[in-house]
Amino acid sequence: MTLTIPSFTLSSIGPWLTLTGTAILILLVDALSPKGRKAYFPQLSLLGLGIALLQTFRLWNHTGTDFARMVYVDNFAFFFYAVFILGTALTVLISRHYLEDYGKNLGEYYALLLFATLGMMLLAAGAHLIMIFLGLEVMSIAVYVLAGLFREDAKSNEAALKYLVLGAFSSAFLLFGIAMLYGATGGSLYLDDMAARLAQAGALTQPLTLLALALFIVGFGFKVASVPFHMWTPDVYEGAPTSITAFMAVGVKAAAFAAFARVLFLAFPALKVDWVMILWVLAVATMTLGNVVAIAQTNIKRMLAYSSIAHAGYLLVALVAANQLGAVSLLYYLLAYTLMNLGAFGVVILVGRKKDSYLSIYDYSGLGFQHPALAAAMALFMFALAGIPPTAGFVGKFYIFSAAVQAGYIWLAIIGVMNSLVSVFYYLRITVLMYMKPPEAELGPVAFTPALTTVLLVTAVGVLLIGIFPGFLYNLAVNSVKIFPSL
Amino acid sequence: MVVPVSYYLALSVALFALGVIGVLVRRNILVILMCIEMMLNAVNLAFIGFADHFKAVDGQVFVFFVMTVAAAEVAVGLALIVAIFRTRATVYVDDLNILKW
Repeated sequence: MTLTIPSFTLSSIGPWLTLTGTAILILLVDALSPKGRKAYFPQLSLLGLGIALLQTFRLWNHTGTDFARMVYVDNFAFFFYAVFILGTALTVLISRHYLEDYGKNLGEYYALLLFATLGMMLLAAGAHLIMIFLGLEVMSIAVYVLAGLFREDAKSNEAALKYLVLGAFSSAFLLFGIAMLYGATGGSLYLDDMAARLAQAGALTQPLTLLALALFIVGFGFKVASVPFHMWTPDVYEGAPTSITAFMAVGVKAAAFAAFARVLFLAFPALKVDWVMILWVLAVATMTLGNVVAIAQTNIKRMLAYSSIAHAGYLLVALVAANQLGAVSLLYYLLAYTLMNLGAFGVVILVGRKKDSYLSIYDYSGLGFQHPALAAAMALFMFALAGIPPTAGFVGKFYIFSAAVQAGYIWLAIIGVMNSLVSVFYYLRITVLMYMKPPEAELGPVAFTPALTTVLLVTAVGVLLIGIFPGFLYNLAVNSVKIFPSL
Repeated sequence: MVVPVSYYLALSVALFALGVIGVLVRRNILVILMCIEMMLNAVNLAFIGFADHFKAVDGQVFVFFVMTVAAAEVAVGLALIVAIFRTRATVYVDDLNILKW
């Protein structure tokens, strides 16, 4: 018997190899360097991420699959690579000072961040359901550990365990969905083949297919934190280290949406009527619950957690629209959300000062008088999250709701806009506190570091830049979603 | 004797449902983790059944991936339980209430 190994090009998974290599290198350096020696883990991680970004640019405009059709090599994946790399790089920058306060500036933190990013890339580029499952788990397991990084902190432990139990629970649902789909398609797990095989199998396997679709929605719904699978979000976001909360809010959500969109558009175009209906309901519930409950929060991390649930709702609207503009708005909004949310968490880390001492929203009172630049940045991110022009948040919401109107879901767009109005209340409350209330007490100096200042500058400029000139990014996104024939 | 694929499926669905019920009603974290394992094994059974029925190996390969990932997940889970037991001396989810559930 002869075994032939199918041909492959290593360069088509270049970014993965770079990130894996960097992560392993960091682990080795951490293990081999003498105790107490200052190691340059953040710099190393940034270097790896930079090389991965360059490789992504070099791959741009390649199309097709590789590794025996296991991996998609296309612009949709590359766009997400860039989003993940940007998100991780900003997370690395906001982490260092924060971790040093806790005495936890460890090598494994950066290695796990890179492994989680690798998992996200697998998710965005997976062409076979094994790849999607592996990506999901590589990402999730790394993030479980990161959420529980502060071993001695009861809150961090509890958050990590809740995340792990509910995450594993939801992965089991997703897996069962994959198994049902495997049965319904007659033994294929390639996303490319799914649509044709499902159409061929016809009515006989319809129940299996519907069950698979429902289980997929449950599994991905957990990861993107959509109602009614959102219960873990506020607890985990509050308990996890702030830098990891930021990472989870942008990276994990973006990766799950990438895979979700790919599976829905490629495997289930025939069942569009069914999933659009389910997601319509989920989107409305998610937006409404997220925004309404966020009003009642006084802990800034918890408030941002509910705001992230609400944003999952807006992104689901983009999926419901299921047209080209919808897919474009999904990509645009995920990038915009990465910038504005990481910026907001950067401010939270700065205002929290040593060991997250000040996380109540009332600690922001009078910030506008004490630290005008910091308050201005926070106000900008809050305006962006609320969707006020000329920020990226406004343009993203504009695209999403126009896509919904274009697809004929006028009511969905109206509910979305009304939800945005509700959200203005709690975002602007922070701004009002900062500029119109006297400072509560002397809270001590804010420790500006070069890394955190860079993050705030990059995110603030980015939010304004892609908000005022969205054309370039819009064209990139249009280019990226060409791969979906059914749109 | 050939076991029809519907038997595998029925057993798999039953196991999966038992696992789900277990996760939802049991209060001991260790038991919850075991119930999650049961759900994953139900999935494995479905994969094996289908792979045998369609004579396609993808399903069997998938089972190995599921087992590996499940082991990694449980390793992290048990480590977290040990960490929690050190600070709080409990393995019951009802006691984990610092964060509003």
